[in-house]
Amino acid sequence: MKISIDKGLCKGCGICLSICPKNVYGFSANRNSYGSSMPEAVSESECIGCSLCERMCPDAAINVEEEQKCG
Amino acid sequence: MEPQLAEPSPKGSRKVILQGNEACAKAAIYAGCRFFAGYPITPSTEIIEFLSSEMISVGGTFIQMEDEIASACAIVGARWGGKKAMTATSGPGFTLMQETIGYAAVTETPVVIVNVQRGGPSTGQPTMSSQQDIYQVKYGSHGDYEIIAMTPSSVQEMYDFTIRAFELSEKFRTPVILLADEVVGHMREKVTIYEGEKAIRGGHRNYVVSPQEDFYTGGNCLVEGQLHDEEGMRIGHLPSKSGEFIRSICGKIQNHIDEIQDVQSYFMEDADIAILAYGSVSRSALNAVKQAKGIKLSADEKEGKLRFLKKLVRKKSAEQNPYSHLNVGLIKVNTVWPFPEKQIRRLAAKCRYVFVPEMNNGKYCREIERCLKECKVISLPKIGGEMHSPAELLESIAKEVKEDE
Amino acid sequence: MNRLMERYLRLDALPTLFCAGCGNGIIQYAAISAIENLGIRKDTALVSGIGCSSWIPCYLNMDVMHTTHGRALAFAQGLKLARPGKKVIVFTGDGDCLAIGGNHLLHACKRNIDITVILVNNHIYGMTGGQKSPATPENAVTKTSPFGAYDEPMQGAEIAMSLGATYVARWTAAHPVQLQKSIEAGIKHKGFSLIEVISQCPTQSGKSVYGNKDPAFIINYLKQNSFIYKEGMEEPSGRIKCGILLHDNDKPEYIERMENKTEQYRKRL
Repeated sequence: MKISIDKGLCKGCGICLSICPKNVYGFSANRNSYGSSMPEAVSESECIGCSLCERMCPDAAINVEEEQKCG
Repeated sequence: MEPQLAEPSPKGSRKVILQGNEACAKAAIYAGCRFFAGYPITPSTEIIEFLSSEMISVGGTFIQMEDEIASACAIVGARWGGKKAMTATSGPGFTLMQETIGYAAVTETPVVIVNVQRGGPSTGQPTMSSQQDIYQVKYGSHGDYEIIAMTPSSVQEMYDFTIRAFELSEKFRTPVILLADEVVGHMREKVTIYEGEKAIRGGHRNYVVSPQEDFYTGGNCLVEGQLHDEEGMRIGHLPSKSGEFIRSICGKIQNHIDEIQDVQSYFMEDADIAILAYGSVSRSALNAVKQAKGIKLSADEKEGKLRFLKKLVRKKSAEQNPYSHLNVGLIKVNTVWPFPEKQIRRLAAKCRYVFVPEMNNGKYCREIERCLKECKVISLPKIGGEMHSPAELLESIAKEVKEDE
Repeated sequence: MNRLMERYLRLDALPTLFCAGCGNGIIQYAAISAIENLGIRKDTALVSGIGCSSWIPCYLNMDVMHTTHGRALAFAQGLKLARPGKKVIVFTGDGDCLAIGGNHLLHACKRNIDITVILVNNHIYGMTGGQKSPATPENAVTKTSPFGAYDEPMQGAEIAMSLGATYVARWTAAHPVQLQKSIEAGIKHKGFSLIEVISQCPTQSGKSVYGNKDPAFIINYLKQNSFIYKEGMEEPSGRIKCGILLHDNDKPEYIERMENKTEQYRKRL
């Protein structure tokens, strides 16, 4: 799965970290445009595509997609 | 008074005797109103009762809502659903509707609201007439905005002005108030009405800031009560854009005042005294003017509602006209707002006196005082629920003129 | 950004005015997923009142009417009656719907008119800075209940049921999937549908109701302290009753009744 988090929309609320059943997210050293800590998919390979984070992100910042495999 | 006829529809017309409220309701249907939401309140109730059955006959929708606030909101909602919409009420209900009138003004929604005035304040005088709401109709909601208000004085005008109200509301995308009163709402007169439906064009107006497309037409309109831009996005936090917005919604009325204003004059050509009246009081005023001129009253006027008139006619025919020295004419204001300053100044240019009879504590006279600095403006307020009689008007005028001599 | 929301959001209106961690965005996602899943985007209009949750539809590129405080249902009924074949979804809050809007809720439920209402209950007046709402729990200290709220909170879903609504559900912001499903069911249901969503307001309710402003804490609290209602079960006390609380397909809908009664008169046309 490919996870992207929009820096301009993320407000650093931390919900994604808390509700991911596979603990994919952690806070990164990066800041979003509000200046708060931005999460990142530290264990992206663990992602099962449940898309709970997409539904629970209040700012539509997260996109989870099936990785397109070539060939 | 000559009836003011609306443009005839191709399907023809006929003459009937109608009550004022009924005429208003019939005119709404003719003007293409297909949604009515209302709440019963004396003396407007005949309008809601008539439309509760008649809306169906033209495929329209009627609903009695739980209160006047809901009624006003429902008509705004319905207009965005593409249906011309109207409600009708009186003083207490009109007060309740003020927030929604402001909302209609800010969102630039075309709706028609009928206020059949009664005595106030509060529960006041439910069955008696007044003209006490004349300022409320313009300033009733908080904030800076403009509305258009018309004051019918006959059943024909209840009919014609209602049609015009729909035309003006669509043309300027604004709420328009038909400011009637109990007298004209409940009187019965012969009136010319039209068959079919008048084609009142909607369409995009370039002097309108807010989104204009009906819902469900792909416009993705954001109808917003905060001050907003062309997308409906709020700009209230930006002082200069906010100022622009207010100037725009007010300017679209003020800048088109020549198209909107409707002021009639009778015998004003050489008059040096004017009675300036609106609504049902202008009936008395015209009779007073005709009497002063010794003009025989027409058959219609003799058999009118005003029984004191019959007495006066009988008395007058036996005496010499004691008012013949008064060179008096009538300025009849049909659109009280936006204030037709230019027309009033022009008509009253040669006047030494302008008398303003009103069934309130003296309100519109202040506008007249403000705009006619060169002549003496005399307020003739009358409260209690009775109209000024022509005799009272003539006596007041004669007395004032005599005192000055 | 999220691909689904990208197709629905007014991009130049972003970022939203919602605080970090606000439940409104979660509800917005659930509503959009429902609309997308049913394929009704162009036949749907959104109406809201005043309050934080009333901003949910304003960020969406659809026909939206952002009305006055408490009156969303009155505007929505006018719109629905003008175009009965189209859909209307109302977004309202605990103050907007249960306080100033109470009378309109009463009559809309009573009519059983085919409108779907999403009642976002954050137990407080958030937009104006944290005053008591009719849904604020007893003893909660808010800006207008400095000694603790004196009375019990109103239960929006139960009120709607007793007033005549025919599809009533309650979920929390911690139940996004079930929420989406209930919104779909409410839209499909022919009659008055009300879906109450217990939603976190980390800024105000965090302080006055939950004692913790961390959105993740409140979400977890909502999940742990709710139960899903099933008919006949013994209901645990002190927990939020979630689930489909009522689904009555028998009671006729208002517009249908109006059209039936007036059909013979329309035939005159």
